[in-house]
Amino acid sequence: MEPFTRLTSRVVVLPVDNIDTDQIIPARFLKTTDRTGLGASLFADWRYLPDGQPDPTFVLNYPQSQGAQVLLVGDNFGCGSSREHAAWALLGWGFRAVISTSFADIFRNNALKNGLLPVAVPPEVHQELVRLLGRDPFQTVTIDLETQTLYWAGGETHFPVDPFAKDCLLRGVDELGYLLSLEREIAAFEAKRFSG
Amino acid sequence: MMTPKTLFEKIWESHVVVEPPQSPAVLYVDLHLIHEVTSPQAFSGLRQKGLRVRRPERTYATVDHGVPTLPPPDGRPEGRLAYADEQSRKQIRQLEENCREFGIQLMGLDSPYQGIVHVVGPELGLTQPGMTIVCGDSHTSTHGAFGALAFGIGTSEVEHVLATQCLLQRRPKTCLVYMDGLPGKGVTAKDMILGLIAQIGTGGGTGHVLEYAGPAVRALSMEERMTLCNMSIEAGARAGMVAPDEVTFEYLAGRPFAPQGEAWEKAVAHWRTLPSDEGAVYDKVVTLDVSRLEPMITYGTNPGMGMPIGGRIPDPAEVKDAVQRSTLEKALAYMGLRPGQPLLGHPVDVVFIGSCTNGRLSDLRQAASLLKGRKVASNIRVLVVPGSQQVKRAAEAEGLDRIFKEAGAEWREPGCSMCIAMNGDALEPGQYAVSTSNRNFEGRQGRGGRTFLASPLTAAATAIYGVITDPRTLL
Repeated sequence: MEPFTRLTSRVVVLPVDNIDTDQIIPARFLKTTDRTGLGASLFADWRYLPDGQPDPTFVLNYPQSQGAQVLLVGDNFGCGSSREHAAWALLGWGFRAVISTSFADIFRNNALKNGLLPVAVPPEVHQELVRLLGRDPFQTVTIDLETQTLYWAGGETHFPVDPFAKDCLLRGVDELGYLLSLEREIAAFEAKRFSG
Repeated sequence: MMTPKTLFEKIWESHVVVEPPQSPAVLYVDLHLIHEVTSPQAFSGLRQKGLRVRRPERTYATVDHGVPTLPPPDGRPEGRLAYADEQSRKQIRQLEENCREFGIQLMGLDSPYQGIVHVVGPELGLTQPGMTIVCGDSHTSTHGAFGALAFGIGTSEVEHVLATQCLLQRRPKTCLVYMDGLPGKGVTAKDMILGLIAQIGTGGGTGHVLEYAGPAVRALSMEERMTLCNMSIEAGARAGMVAPDEVTFEYLAGRPFAPQGEAWEKAVAHWRTLPSDEGAVYDKVVTLDVSRLEPMITYGTNPGMGMPIGGRIPDPAEVKDAVQRSTLEKALAYMGLRPGQPLLGHPVDVVFIGSCTNGRLSDLRQAASLLKGRKVASNIRVLVVPGSQQVKRAAEAEGLDRIFKEAGAEWREPGCSMCIAMNGDALEPGQYAVSTSNRNFEGRQGRGGRTFLASPLTAAATAIYGVITDPRTLL
């Protein structure tokens, strides 16, 4: 996993509530047995016309969206299916952080395990960001994970992150190593639980 | 005196291996279910790291999401080669290979127990009260109907469970969903859960485990409780649960993986200690008066956009918040519906009866009770997809397949089918469907397809008239 420390980037603004994982990546792209290569299918049904050409009216296809690493979306982002392909597709396109007022539980877990940072902000901050960035798409925001601060032109806000996940993100390590290091505790638990 | 505990707390606390300060709890997993779509990358991860499956006997696999549902022309599983594409076939082969290599029991295409993972677990008795159950699938919440703590996980977590039989988890909050009263004629468990989600919204349960209780829940059969818990995730909840009782024990008794003899007596005695204690405290309480509920139907593009079947489409102009308003406008534009419009009488192209929500025997019986001796409308295509091979055999033993076929519906092989539309069973762009499944997201049942979620009764009534129909007119 790529470490996440501090990021300054332009922002793709997609202010729709309840964007589900079927929109982030439709089920027909889940037939792969790899984690990579999913960026091309991100938001496929919104991004491409039925003939397969990019839809120029969809924000991801705007010239100023190219190279942006932050996505700003509406409330309850990532609801629906548990597919981790949603996080892989966002990362595959180049996003490293998503800003919303709230995230679905499974999506948040999946994102954190892959180095994609979910940034939850209060509704009034969200409204201000949508207004500001919608008007000037070339503005950048800065996300500093160590201090858990989001900075934009004219303001900043603190955002919550699970301390354990934060440590993994800052160091770029996944959780499996930690779980494996607990083998003795797990074996002891099993011995007690299954002793009858 | 001991502090009164909820069902959730009892299960959670008995499964915490360690919980160091500042760190998430390490939660032990009793039962891990896997399928072909969300597991391949987890197995590749194990191979890359040189890891084994720590407890292969606690993992069970089946194939469901991508399996073809057209009957085998010559009776052999390999005859079911109506695979949507080579990738689907490859994904299923990959699971077979992974299960062989890592010693995991697979209910594959040649098994009499193959089916949708959330139908198979309960009917085999793998799912039991008090267990922690996970699967790389959000509808794992289904298993909570037995008084288990069951939730969906991502593929990285599938790998964690395969390698360590544990997961890192922050303790979720608890929410009591008290369902009062008893449902009227034609109102089913599906309508109860659609009614709840319409009330609390698709994010209403986020961060919480829902415990369904009250007279309306006690009166439900196990299959109905599974329908209820299945859609907990559509309210954003981490899991849904129903405390085990005699209905639960009766369902489980004698199932292949349920404890037998003395072990059964011991298990039941333990299960009786699981229900929430008198005076246990929840973080949140929601109530729903089921006696006032009507058959429900969704009109939009998430399961929270639901209303009584006789209702009218809400008007975005009456929504104050700008993002909420444009979200509703976008949904109605996709659905091709106008504010104020009724849904009764709205034409439909396809009816889908099946899925982990409503693909069990009692669901098929309900649909068949309306279709018996009737014909489906000439303009409509009706797919009936049993949830598992066992459901299929039981339905055929009762002659339900004949009722469906004589009515003009298609009787298919088990699988997820048109609920997720990965296997070739899909809506055409622009088509309307009444579906007994769980998600009406844009394109969920096929790109450009438009879904109305409803109960098997509403689906069957709609099949007969070819337009959205209140099932109570036929009861």
